[in-house]
Amino acid sequence: MATVKLSFSPAPVHVRTARLVGVAVARRAGVREDLLDEVRLAIGEACTRAVALHRQYGLPDPVYVEMSDSGAYTVRVVDRAPIEASVGLAALPPDELAKESLSEDALTTGVGFALLAGFVEDLQVRPVDEGVGTEVRMVWPVGRA
Amino acid sequence: MELSLATRTVGEHTVLEVGGEVDVYTAPRLRERLLELIDGGARRVVVDLGRVDFLDSTGLGVLVGALKRLRSAGGSFALVCDKEPLLKIFRITALDQVFPLHPTVDAAINADPTGAGA
Repeated sequence: MATVKLSFSPAPVHVRTARLVGVAVARRAGVREDLLDEVRLAIGEACTRAVALHRQYGLPDPVYVEMSDSGAYTVRVVDRAPIEASVGLAALPPDELAKESLSEDALTTGVGFALLAGFVEDLQVRPVDEGVGTEVRMVWPVGRA
Repeated sequence: MELSLATRTVGEHTVLEVGGEVDVYTAPRLRERLLELIDGGARRVVVDLGRVDFLDSTGLGVLVGALKRLRSAGGSFALVCDKEPLLKIFRITALDQVFPLHPTVDAAINADPTGAGA
């Protein structure tokens, strides 16, 4: 089993770094080539969401990302924001998306969850075990077929 | 790859060619450029995503913002995209039902319901 851990200041510029590392570890772990685009997008969305929450709540704490390949490729993205998040926040219907009243931030959040839910078959969004925050946990099969 | 932005005019249409990665870090530059174009009087805007190799929810939010702004100004907004991974993003988010999506710039311009194809 190999684990790579990464924590970064909650700044947008670092999200790309997290994506690049996440895909590199996925490739090494044996995730199928044709899934790597989805891995890249999903890790990016989870980290973008965490960065947005830390900024919204003025939290200087780092965002934590852990990647491990024990059996499957598992990525955990942990934020420290004092909210109760769940996957239930997902997809907005098309007529809502184009509404004037929907702010760009709200739209981006809804679309971000739709992408996570759409691209990650094994997705969990749950409170962290200790302290305040949310863990987004994504699992991809490791196909060495 | 860094974000690249280039603008050209085709008849009455303003075509913004976007390349590279559009994400939470680079999307503000895309938003700025679109606002500059719209504030500068562009009313028929086509955004060509042909050279984009990454697009996230922040980038999608910027594109929806431009669509709304142009629609309320009586203008038009269309996207050019023929890459399957990007098209899948539009389908999953249902944004394929919000944006006019075309495989080429010519197709986008010819399909503009506000007329004035090049």
